[in-house]
Amino acid sequence: METVWKTYGFYTYRVLGVDMRNLLPILTVVAAIMVIWYAASIGMNKKWTYDQAGRAGVEVTFTEMVADTWAQDRPVLPAPHQVVAELYRSVFEKKISSKKSLVFHGWITLSATLLGFVFGTGMGILLAIGIVHNRAMDMGVMPWAIASQTVPIIAIAPMIVVVMSTIGATDFLGKDTATAIFGYQPAFMKGVLPKAVIAAYLSFFPVVVGMVKGLRSPDHMQLDLLKTYNASKQRTFWSLRLPSSAPYLFTSLKIGMAAALVGAIVSELSAVPLRGLGARMLTGSYYGQTIQIWSALFAAAALAATLVASISWVERRSLKKMGMS
Amino acid sequence: MGWLIGVFLFWLAGYFLNIYLANSPWRKTRIVKLAVPAIFGITILVVWEGLVRGLEVPSVILPPPSMIGARIATSLPILWSDLIQTFVKGALTGYLMGCGAAVITAILIDRSPFLQRGLLPVGNFIAALPIIGTAPILVMWFGFDWHSKAAVVVVMVFFPMLVNTVQGLAATDSMQRDLMRTYAGGYWNTLFKLRLPAAMPAIFNGLKIATTLALIGAIVAEFFGSPTLGMGFRISVEVGRLGLDMVWAEIAVAALAGSAFYGVIALIEKGVTFWHPSQRG
Amino acid sequence: MSQELVIQAKNLDLTFPTNDGDVHALKDVNLDIHKGDFVSFIGPSGCGKTTFLRTIAALETPTAGTVTVNGMTADEARKNRAYGYVFQAAGLYPWRTIRGNIKLPLEIMGYSKAEQEEHVTKVLDLVDLRGFGQKFPWQLSGGMQQRASIARALAFDADILLMDEPFGALDEIVRDHLNEQLLHLWDRTDKTIAFVTHSIPEAVYLSTKIVVMSPRPGRISDVIESTLPRERPLDIRDSQEFQDIAHRVREGLRAGHAYDD
Repeated sequence: METVWKTYGFYTYRVLGVDMRNLLPILTVVAAIMVIWYAASIGMNKKWTYDQAGRAGVEVTFTEMVADTWAQDRPVLPAPHQVVAELYRSVFEKKISSKKSLVFHGWITLSATLLGFVFGTGMGILLAIGIVHNRAMDMGVMPWAIASQTVPIIAIAPMIVVVMSTIGATDFLGKDTATAIFGYQPAFMKGVLPKAVIAAYLSFFPVVVGMVKGLRSPDHMQLDLLKTYNASKQRTFWSLRLPSSAPYLFTSLKIGMAAALVGAIVSELSAVPLRGLGARMLTGSYYGQTIQIWSALFAAAALAATLVASISWVERRSLKKMGMS
Repeated sequence: MGWLIGVFLFWLAGYFLNIYLANSPWRKTRIVKLAVPAIFGITILVVWEGLVRGLEVPSVILPPPSMIGARIATSLPILWSDLIQTFVKGALTGYLMGCGAAVITAILIDRSPFLQRGLLPVGNFIAALPIIGTAPILVMWFGFDWHSKAAVVVVMVFFPMLVNTVQGLAATDSMQRDLMRTYAGGYWNTLFKLRLPAAMPAIFNGLKIATTLALIGAIVAEFFGSPTLGMGFRISVEVGRLGLDMVWAEIAVAALAGSAFYGVIALIEKGVTFWHPSQRG
Repeated sequence: MSQELVIQAKNLDLTFPTNDGDVHALKDVNLDIHKGDFVSFIGPSGCGKTTFLRTIAALETPTAGTVTVNGMTADEARKNRAYGYVFQAAGLYPWRTIRGNIKLPLEIMGYSKAEQEEHVTKVLDLVDLRGFGQKFPWQLSGGMQQRASIARALAFDADILLMDEPFGALDEIVRDHLNEQLLHLWDRTDKTIAFVTHSIPEAVYLSTKIVVMSPRPGRISDVIESTLPRERPLDIRDSQEFQDIAHRVREGLRAGHAYDD
């Protein structure tokens, strides 16, 4: 094994961000999870099977019971293959614009996440720069930024959604502007603003705290050297502080992205019309459609994994180029 | 109009006062370090109050702080029972169970590098997912009451805590472990006398992160279904009735609970990891 | 020598497999260490001196040959708590006081509470740290921390002390002072000491026997029996006898290609 990896060089060690030398242990753990899951499915769904059989006055054998627990319409715990099948159906077998397509709902969530993420991260970086260069801002704002990380900011999500709907600030660009540019109002732009605001707010503070740490990371020796060159604050920022903060920036981006996604999902619970992965989970729970809930959860998980992995990919390449990996 | 001018002047005063204090010779003192953010916070509140009154913003959009304060004062019993339901019964029990389970699991897999190499990437992966999505599922399994909220909290805090604990247990260098070998210490001596104390900074890092996750989990889980009690429940109901002053009141209580919870853990951390460079300043 | 044989290595061989091929750390090493000896190991990086010390301590396993400690295999001796080990870094636990740190091996080895207190006090005296027992490691200087580490190795009643460049991280003035103290300690406790160092003056000053080693593969180039008297003030380093021995050490190092590029 080792020689094969060595021959093909460094990059084969990592596939999709996973260290391949850990492949066997990871597969073992995943296999174990699958086994436990299938067993749990049997355990949690069998009551329904026996109840149904009892009502029909029929006896079920053990194998029949097991097969049934893995194929119910509204199981208490869907089996993995049921979730995968539903995922497949909702992604590939529905029109993308259909209200039952996970691609549609996924895009709704993704657009809110990305919009919020870009704003939240952008503002966060700007505030961090302000804090590092202005002592009054540092002493006044930074304690609040740190304290806000201990506060469950997500609690404001329903309120923001309703307030922004009341004042009519729900659509990105507004219906008329969008129609003027695109000829119609794209579906994802309608109602996206409140969700984006919440996503932005959730990613804002982690990015501020992380970037401040990063912009302050150069050691005294380096800062003194620039002083001997009589470098201005801007010069110091662009040639030293900003590059040094790259590792911290990427960590903050990953945290911000995950936070923005959670914000978008939670805000969908209160938004009207009910669209997006979070909304799918909510409607699924209203109608007892457990498979729908699980498939939406998996789609959200896949979305999170892809987003964070993309940032990791950019991170690895950038840090390698900067000699900081 | 008067409000707006007053607000503007107050903001100017606060702004310049803070600039003065931040650049004064007393800026390193404890008092000034507390005063500057306090002045900033108070200025925000005053500006908020002034703008809402001056621009006559309807209170169904944004209530002024004075109204929120009044609402808090008159609703203490409700706020208190909501706090008990969400924070004490939901978040706290889930926190204790989840963190406890994570530490025990970390110790159990400690003897198997194979399991660690498998579990850690999987754990990191799960910790990055929107675990909050398991809330509707858990509400279905455990019912509407606080048990499902505690379950959500357990799921949310388990993996970050596990990852941090495993990292902490790995924090000893080979020299320290060699020293234990020269004493023929054995696995358990090494675990209790060396690796667990050395793991405390990482464990507390995880515990602090978990406090925020616990509260978030408990509140959001209530958005998915709750008996007629609880902070998340109260927020979604009052939002529907446009009773925004109550919503802000609940948010204020949640903020206080969150920072107090974090503060308590940080205080315990100071006591346990007094020896770590980060605590010695 | 009528002294008993404490450590004996016979045809010791140790090869490490690494990513870039095998490293022959020790080749055909033969050495006898008697009770009460102070043996220094000196040589350039990669000559195997630390590896040899670790093999005696059963922290490494030889690929061929034997090493016996107190008549037992190295691992049996380790389980018997036959030696105290001092590393290059003090490695004290920051969450324990100095007394607490010295108690660590005693707790593990099952000494009673009263015995622990007694041993700790005695050994703090020996290294001249009386009064610093309640302090925490970070409150002490580097030299004092290393003295505490030595005290910890002396706390339980092992007759052998294995020291791996214990003063390497300290400045020369502190080093001189600690060298003197170590010699006094050796004199008072009559332990057998194996000492790895990079410093020629230190090796010559401290030892009764100097083992010069050379790298690639790691082996012994010369064993020098010191003619210096047991009582040695610091200025013995200016004497002709001292210089002669140091010269001989240098010759041994040169023969082992220590000064080649």
